[in-house]
Amino acid sequence: MMGLKKLTALVLMSLSLTVTAHAIAPGEALSDPQLEARARALSAELRCLVCQNQSIDDSDAELARDLRHLVRDRLQAGETDDEIRTAVVARYGEFVLFRPQFGGHTFLLWMTPLIILFLGGFWAYRLLRNPPSKPIE
Amino acid sequence: MIAEIGHFVLVMAFGVALVQAFVPLWALYRGQSYGRFLAKRAAQLQVVLLAVSFAALTYGFLRSDFSLVIVYANSHEAKPWIYKFAGVWGNHEGSMLLWTLILAAYGAFFAQRSLALPDRFATMVLVVQGWLGSAFLAFLLFTSNPFARLLPAPFAGRGLTPILQDPALAAHPPLLYAGYVGFSMSFAFAIAVLTTDQPSRDWAKWMRPWILAAWIFLTLGIALGSFWAYYELGWGGFWFWDPVENASLMPWLSGTALLHSALVAERRDTLKRWTLLLAILTFSLSLAGTFLVRSGVLTSVHAFANDPERGVFILAILALFTGGALALYGRYLPRLSEDRSFAPVSREGLLLANNIFLAAATMTVFIGTIYPLVLDALNLGKISVGAPYFNTVFGPLTLPFIILLPLGPLLTWQAGKLIAPINGLLIAALASLLVVLGLWITQAGVPLIALLLIGGAIWLTLGALADLAQRLRPYGWQILRQPWRLPATAFSAPLAHAGLAIMIIGVIGASMWQSETVVAAKAGETMEVAGRQLRFDGVREVEGPNYQAEQGQISYLSGPHKGKVLLPERRFYQAERGQTTEAAITSDISGHLYAVIGEAVAEKRVLRLWFHPLVALIWIGALLMALGGSFALRARMSKSGQGAA
Repeated sequence: MMGLKKLTALVLMSLSLTVTAHAIAPGEALSDPQLEARARALSAELRCLVCQNQSIDDSDAELARDLRHLVRDRLQAGETDDEIRTAVVARYGEFVLFRPQFGGHTFLLWMTPLIILFLGGFWAYRLLRNPPSKPIE
Repeated sequence: MIAEIGHFVLVMAFGVALVQAFVPLWALYRGQSYGRFLAKRAAQLQVVLLAVSFAALTYGFLRSDFSLVIVYANSHEAKPWIYKFAGVWGNHEGSMLLWTLILAAYGAFFAQRSLALPDRFATMVLVVQGWLGSAFLAFLLFTSNPFARLLPAPFAGRGLTPILQDPALAAHPPLLYAGYVGFSMSFAFAIAVLTTDQPSRDWAKWMRPWILAAWIFLTLGIALGSFWAYYELGWGGFWFWDPVENASLMPWLSGTALLHSALVAERRDTLKRWTLLLAILTFSLSLAGTFLVRSGVLTSVHAFANDPERGVFILAILALFTGGALALYGRYLPRLSEDRSFAPVSREGLLLANNIFLAAATMTVFIGTIYPLVLDALNLGKISVGAPYFNTVFGPLTLPFIILLPLGPLLTWQAGKLIAPINGLLIAALASLLVVLGLWITQAGVPLIALLLIGGAIWLTLGALADLAQRLRPYGWQILRQPWRLPATAFSAPLAHAGLAIMIIGVIGASMWQSETVVAAKAGETMEVAGRQLRFDGVREVEGPNYQAEQGQISYLSGPHKGKVLLPERRFYQAERGQTTEAAITSDISGHLYAVIGEAVAEKRVLRLWFHPLVALIWIGALLMALGGSFALRARMSKSGQGAA
């Protein structure tokens, strides 16, 4: 099942060569500026599955527009950002999130900066604490 | 006929590169002295041959010789000549030919300028350049022949993707390649240091101008690409964290680290091992970038080659050179003289911190770019890593980096006292804290990290000024009387650091305070965008050299731009059957008003209007960085009159 979903996504991606981006159409924006701001922030995190590396906020593809409507409808219904993310992931898979959730399979993704800083700090500490006093043979 | 000459000299260049790669090495091994002379002549001959080959391909493009496959596939009679010319590198084969030409140019330039360097060392550098030249010429000849024929020749070409028909994009690849390929020099230097047993630390001094040159080109190339995306893609995004952008950012980040660690190696005879490792890795990242772009592993606007055979070939080159260099590194490292020790609070100490942060940033980009591919390959799921991820991680990574940065130049080498920078920067610290506080009170809803980064950028700017003041203090009144006689070096680091700060302010400003208006308007309708009164006057048809366009007209009704018009276009390219959006931009001190026309809806026309505050600072900052780099390079080139580049 996952395989089929993956395949469709790949096929759709290769079909689309749209490069110019158009973002939202007139009348799409919500009248409440705070809700609209949340809608924009959420949309920027959701991948347009039929585009090349574009968020639904940047794309004028039909699927992106549908998702923008979905996000705004749910926001107006009073759902939280997390609830909406969960709902979209349930329908399209984790691939739709441009910022993957933290978890076992994304541990290294999120931790790499910290790991490098830690290792670098450790290296610097060693270097500064025990400066080599003799040439290494 | 011309194309056959181009192909023939390309084969000759391959032969010459092989000679350069192996014969001088044999001479070195046998202790004979002809090696250097031969390597020098081979390097010079190679650049001449490749220039001829490149000229032959250019001729094919300018004459629209559609019997050449890549001219047919990427060009069209009706294109303006400048884009026929730029089309030479607007495709896989031609851009790889440009790659090898630039590589050969670096080699020949080095051969010319390296007279004062020791024989064995200079020969070895040219030998490594020969290895690289051979590998890439083999790649070109065996998988990507730019002179392949198509017979019978078609009557018309398929044209160049319309969005690539742009002056900035004509210059973007050559600059970027001059950066990528420039790091082949520091790579070759590192191999030469490791294999020829350099007793002195002079190699860091010899290496630095080449690092600087590559870094300046890469900075300009990336900035130009970002500027192009900003005005051409139709909504004012300047950085997308697209895999191909990341591929250029990685060598830039690690090249920046290399620039600083080579400074420590040169002045203080320490961090030498790390500098050599960085030199190797920076070029490996450039190769990896070439692989990512050229193999089509990543779907992207840039990947015009989707050929697995080519991908495997470049991957083999990457593995061979990185693996080989690291093996040499492991084997010969103990030969290096001992690193001199230093205290944590010292200029070395701060430069070490700089390198750790830049290494973390490089790795973040690397992991973020390949993570989805690796996860997918291991069947662990399909995820996306995009701009929101990178923005989340880069904010907290940048902040401590720019807070520490101004301390470095104000500390002394080896062992410094924090009291000096603290005294010098007290006002800077207070000023930036006040700004953060003021923004925090007035700008509700903007994330704290963004405000802190603005504060950090102001701190960094003032720190750069303090650094400049310290550098100029010895010159006293000469600063006012004869400013042109001040040494260029005094301005290099302050300019580059201030450039970074200014860029950060631009990035945050444009991301946090942009406003957008999307309307469907009739001719004559008025609207307001970010406090500016505008009127939509209507749309007319315009004829371009190889396109037809709808041109909208929007007039300013008030403010300093009153009476000015914005003329955004939608262009339709018949030959390529493509379309582009040309934004119209007016710029003032607070930012850009950015207008795009969309499709017609009944009698109305969709207009998209943005205000991008402070956005120009992004590229001004990048230019300042490159300018700072070029001041350092100029000082270096005139100082080392003995010819050490």
